[in-house]
Amino acid sequence: MTIQASEVEEKIREIVKPWKGKQGSLIPILQAIQHDFGYLQEDAIEILSREIGIPTAEIYGVGTFYAQFHLKPRGRHIIRICRGTACHVRGSLKILEKVMDILKISENETTEDLRFTLEPVACLGACGLAPVVMVNDVTYGRLTPDSIQPILENYK
Amino acid sequence: MALYRAHVLVCKGTGCKSSGAAPVYDALKEEITRRGLDKEVMLVETGCHGMCEMGPIVVVYPEGSLYCRVTADDVAEIVEEHLYKGRLVQRLLYTTPEDKVKIPHYRDIPFYKKQFRIALRNCGYINPDNIEEYIARDGYVALAKALTAMDPEDVLAEVKTSGLRGRGGGGFPTGLKWEFCRRAKGDKKYVICNADEGDPGAFMDRSILEGDPHALIEGMMLGAYAIGADEGYIYCRAEYPLAIKRLGVAMAQCTEYGLLGDNIMGTDFSFHLHVKEGAGAFVCGEETALMASIEGERGMPRPRPPFPANKGLWGKPSNINNVETWANVPSIIREGGEWFASIGTEKSKGTKVFALTGKVNNTGLVEVPMGTTIREIVFDMGGGILNGRKFKAVQIGGPSGGCLTEEHLDLPVNYESLTAAGAIMGSGGLVVMDEDTCMVDVARFFLEFTQRESCGKCVPCREGTKQMLLTLEKITSGKGKMKDLETLEELALMVKEMSLCGLGQTAPNPVLTTLRYFRDEYEAHIKDKKCPAKACSALISFVIDAEKCRKCGICAKNCPVDCIAGDRNTPYVIDQERCIKCGTCLEVCPFQAVSKV
Ligand SMILES: Cc1cc2nc3c(=O)[nH]c(=O)nc-3n(C[C@H](O)[C@H](O)[C@H](O)COP(=O)(O)O)c2cc1C
Ligand code: FES
Repeated sequence: MTIQASEVEEKIREIVKPWKGKQGSLIPILQAIQHDFGYLQEDAIEILSREIGIPTAEIYGVGTFYAQFHLKPRGRHIIRICRGTACHVRGSLKILEKVMDILKISENETTEDLRFTLEPVACLGACGLAPVVMVNDVTYGRLTPDSIQPILENYK
Repeated sequence: MALYRAHVLVCKGTGCKSSGAAPVYDALKEEITRRGLDKEVMLVETGCHGMCEMGPIVVVYPEGSLYCRVTADDVAEIVEEHLYKGRLVQRLLYTTPEDKVKIPHYRDIPFYKKQFRIALRNCGYINPDNIEEYIARDGYVALAKALTAMDPEDVLAEVKTSGLRGRGGGGFPTGLKWEFCRRAKGDKKYVICNADEGDPGAFMDRSILEGDPHALIEGMMLGAYAIGADEGYIYCRAEYPLAIKRLGVAMAQCTEYGLLGDNIMGTDFSFHLHVKEGAGAFVCGEETALMASIEGERGMPRPRPPFPANKGLWGKPSNINNVETWANVPSIIREGGEWFASIGTEKSKGTKVFALTGKVNNTGLVEVPMGTTIREIVFDMGGGILNGRKFKAVQIGGPSGGCLTEEHLDLPVNYESLTAAGAIMGSGGLVVMDEDTCMVDVARFFLEFTQRESCGKCVPCREGTKQMLLTLEKITSGKGKMKDLETLEELALMVKEMSLCGLGQTAPNPVLTTLRYFRDEYEAHIKDKKCPAKACSALISFVIDAEKCRKCGICAKNCPVDCIAGDRNTPYVIDQERCIKCGTCLEVCPFQAVSKV
């Protein structure tokens, strides 16, 4: 998918419009850009910088600080494997290893076909069901290395 | 209003949802309608009941019978037996893990029996998306009382009398904090709710946000009234999409009912509330970093003073409290500060919600009076250790907390007792560990977390945690020296003393407490090159007992690196040089011939 430069520009203007002149809007704007484009692409950041008068260095500063923002394209489905304490003591490392083995990627990487991105996270707040994995917005609990494979097959 | 003879409550909290509550709800709806009971039986979606381990949970009132691990296939039986014939479905009732007794009533289940619910009083009882249900449980009574019959100073005095202390970690007296902000100069003030809940192993804030959002909103309004603020922010982590959605619904309903906006309840009091979505950084839970993040900057802590009470959000006096802290406020104003102060211990008043997780039978959320012992929580309510294993430690307070041992089981839990033992109350996460958990690995695990989450602004935290992590990795991989323990202790004290914010100041706690209580495990890793819990893969090996081996070859077939040899006449043997210690052979052997040594 290639988007024309003019289209990017138009889109960014649209995103920025409701925030013009408001305090503390950089993070929600970046969240909106990422929502629409999938990640924070370089040209989008440059246009944004011009539109809101914040230097690109500062935008990158914010964009790289928070785990939520991505500067590279990501997979269609995001697998978040909980590596929190409760999940750790109930064997989340084995789940992570199994997923890395199935998808042949490491942590924070994306499969070549852009099907999956694998992200370890600190805690998904469903510790009662440890170990826990979230695929997109769906939480799966009480997992074993064997039960993870069929779950992944549901996501094409 | 229609009268119903029975209410069926289905938990739609995150835990039960991921265990499959949605199909159960749909099946119930269909079956109740199909049997023509929809005029007599009301079906309600609620927030979390707390006993996530047993989810999906369905509770039927007026009896108060709690059904565990319900699936869509059980629904026809529940409707037929319970709702039609008035008989309990025995097989779905909670069964105690030791003596296998079935318990028909919610209240009698040990997990709930010792609970005293203030912050969680509505969670699991009401539909969080319906303000009427909150109002029916005395919701917004406290706000009406405050706005019409109390001065802001009276509200402040009531909170001070209650002795409420911050539930987000520090335990600072809430009334005093409010007073600082009230007395601060400035015509514009903010109240903020910290809903970043970053401690792994804690999910009480999530439960309140998802199960009773109005309690939080009412608490914030009472705080704003007492302090003289007219605007508020809820900073909620993006990992909680359901919480953000429910807050949005609750706020829209408040606006519709005239409970948010200008001239609330026809008084001079006005209050506007916003939700800010976090962007995934643990350090943003620290209050000054959180404010920087709301302002749209990198979420890095700022040195104090100036304190937020004087110069907080956008340089204005601001008061920040945790979700659970706010949720306690309506009950305090409604029932009185004296009432709240009558619960708990001398210096720690009221209740605390604990998230019980790890190697324990009943994981979930429990709210108990301060002063309850760890034994009561882990063994009476939690039903003891999973699979009958032996208790080893409980980690309390998240990455800033510490590990406590068997000798602390009878410690009454309060802010002072935990700090004295080297842990902290923190947000109230209790992770139970058994004999299979390696304490050195746990310390390494936490350091890996804090090291990754260190924002990098101050050197002691950024570099110190890194060096500590490297040392711990050396020990868990069997390359440690006795001198490393001294280095670790030295580094730990340095990082604790010199870091800028709470993250670095508390990061060494897991290392210091494990060194204090489990030094023998460290020494075993270093001197004997052994991991007593058999958890550190570099220090264990897998062996096949030639006597027990029936030469089936399943292990060899499943070994990912083909390092097991043998045949129908010779027992199988693992080549230790090439073994990657994945443990597959141990899992697949049908004759338990493989063991970890
Ligand atoms: C690194 C770090 C992370 C924190 N994370 C949280 C958090 O996730 N939630 C929270 O309520 N408080 C957190 N705190 C504590 C807050 O800084 C602050 O003390 C608290 O929100 C005050 O509210 P309280 O008085 O009601 O507890 C954190 C502190 C530090 C140093
Ligand atoms: S530790 Fe995994 S969900 Fe909390």
